[in-house]
Amino acid sequence: MTIQEIQEEIIDEFSMFDDWMQRYEYMIELGKSLPLIDEQYKVDDNLIKGCQSKVWVHAELDDDKLVFTADSDAIITKGIIAILIRAFSNQKPQDIIDADTGFIDEIGLKEHLSPTRANGLVSMVKQLKLYAVAYQTQLK
Amino acid sequence: MIKTSLDIAAIRKDFPILNREVNGQPLVYLDNAATSQTPQQVIDVIVDYYHNYNANIHRGVHSLSQEATDAYEIARNKIQKHFNIAHSYEVIFTSGTTHAINLVATGFTSFLKKGDEVLVSAMEHHSNIVPWQMLCERTGAQLKVIPMNLDGELVMEEYHALLSGKTKLVFCNHVSNALGTINPIKEIIDAAHKVGAAVLIDGAQAAAHIKPDLQALDVDFYTVSAHKMCGPTGVGMLYGKEEWLKKLPPYQGGGEMISEVTFEKTTYADLPHKFEAGTPNICGGIAFGAALDYMNHLGFDAIAQYEDDLIQYATEQLLSIEGLKIYGTAAHKTSVISFNIEGIHPYDIGTILDKLGIAVRTGHHCAQPIMDFYKIPGTVRASFSFYNTQDEVDKLVAGVKRAKGMLQ
Repeated sequence: MTIQEIQEEIIDEFSMFDDWMQRYEYMIELGKSLPLIDEQYKVDDNLIKGCQSKVWVHAELDDDKLVFTADSDAIITKGIIAILIRAFSNQKPQDIIDADTGFIDEIGLKEHLSPTRANGLVSMVKQLKLYAVAYQTQLK
Repeated sequence: MIKTSLDIAAIRKDFPILNREVNGQPLVYLDNAATSQTPQQVIDVIVDYYHNYNANIHRGVHSLSQEATDAYEIARNKIQKHFNIAHSYEVIFTSGTTHAINLVATGFTSFLKKGDEVLVSAMEHHSNIVPWQMLCERTGAQLKVIPMNLDGELVMEEYHALLSGKTKLVFCNHVSNALGTINPIKEIIDAAHKVGAAVLIDGAQAAAHIKPDLQALDVDFYTVSAHKMCGPTGVGMLYGKEEWLKKLPPYQGGGEMISEVTFEKTTYADLPHKFEAGTPNICGGIAFGAALDYMNHLGFDAIAQYEDDLIQYATEQLLSIEGLKIYGTAAHKTSVISFNIEGIHPYDIGTILDKLGIAVRTGHHCAQPIMDFYKIPGTVRASFSFYNTQDEVDKLVAGVKRAKGMLQ
């Protein structure tokens, strides 16, 4: 699936929830199901700044696609990462660079998160795109 | 029900913001250690200033300027009286505690040299650490730390052992913002004075709960932020003993702080103006005075009694939650409960509580050394004021239980 198709799928899933409780419970579930990052990548170099909780992200190329793994010490943050990784992992770097991130607003994440937390979310997206830029250069 | 001589229901009506909803729920405001809410009586003073006598002070010959000057100086006198300060010119208006500490730390640059020592407590806010680190970098003086124990109390034997003829300055908060500990500042001040060291007490967290007698304490410097005691943001006080304020060089140059200016030489104004360069936060200063009036009308004894009972009730109720641990279990504490639940990140709990309309602080509370001491990423901090109710404590406890259920 393309990034666009995955994002639409995520928007569909979140539209089924009636209230914040269900939405958060779903995010917590997603957080719990996030595949664990290899411990060797949970180092300060892979930390994303701007999050109140710790977030580690690792990226590596699998053929021409970029694969992200990540972890956080906070479960709701992990849920947010799980959503981002689902949208952006296993995609070509150029597609990640070009991808629109409006779906974050549409699933009601950004508007329900406080400025510091929203900054964390923004930082995460920025970091994923930065990885894509770095690997795109490498592919060329 | 918690017994109190205060009419809490009537008091809550003084605070318009307490009527609002957050995320569709009635606001439960438990972040008072970060900033307190503002009563209508103080808001009215702010509005009255801009409606009726907004003018620059200390320099105009016109009536508005005179009215504003009078109101500002009356506020200074209220602060003087409230903290039992000997002279009104020992009250320096600042933008808040951080500004006040930086003023003193910068001024001490000319008094310190290599080999001197300054002592800081292990439970300080970053604003009472970083300016002194910068001072030590400038002067070569050494920063030493008064350790604390697991209850969040300073180890006083260690403090006394650290004091020597080399000690020039000691700085410590009156109440810890992260743990709520009330520090034994009288003992700290007296012991420092015996070795000839000056003492700065950061009263930012204490002043909303304790009315200190600064002459009886014999403290050299004491700092306060108005926004933590029902006043507006952007204004606070530095108290300094006259002898120190005379010795300290001016902090910022500008208008208001001068006596005569020529291009060859400038002579500085007398206290307090020497430290009040530029147009101050006039309205803020006047409103600070009004905030003190409001709190004194309620009475600090009644406030302290009620808050102590409220925090004791909250502590008991929170501890009934399995896996909940409170950080800061000092024998003497006030207004703050810092806690975590085993296996859950404080950020997650804070996020769920916010959805329930409950405002708490999560994180390191600008006191990273304390979090390092306990080896935790941060805590959830509920901090109380006299307008909080037993019902709000129950909502907090129910909210924490609900968050725990969702997150575990």
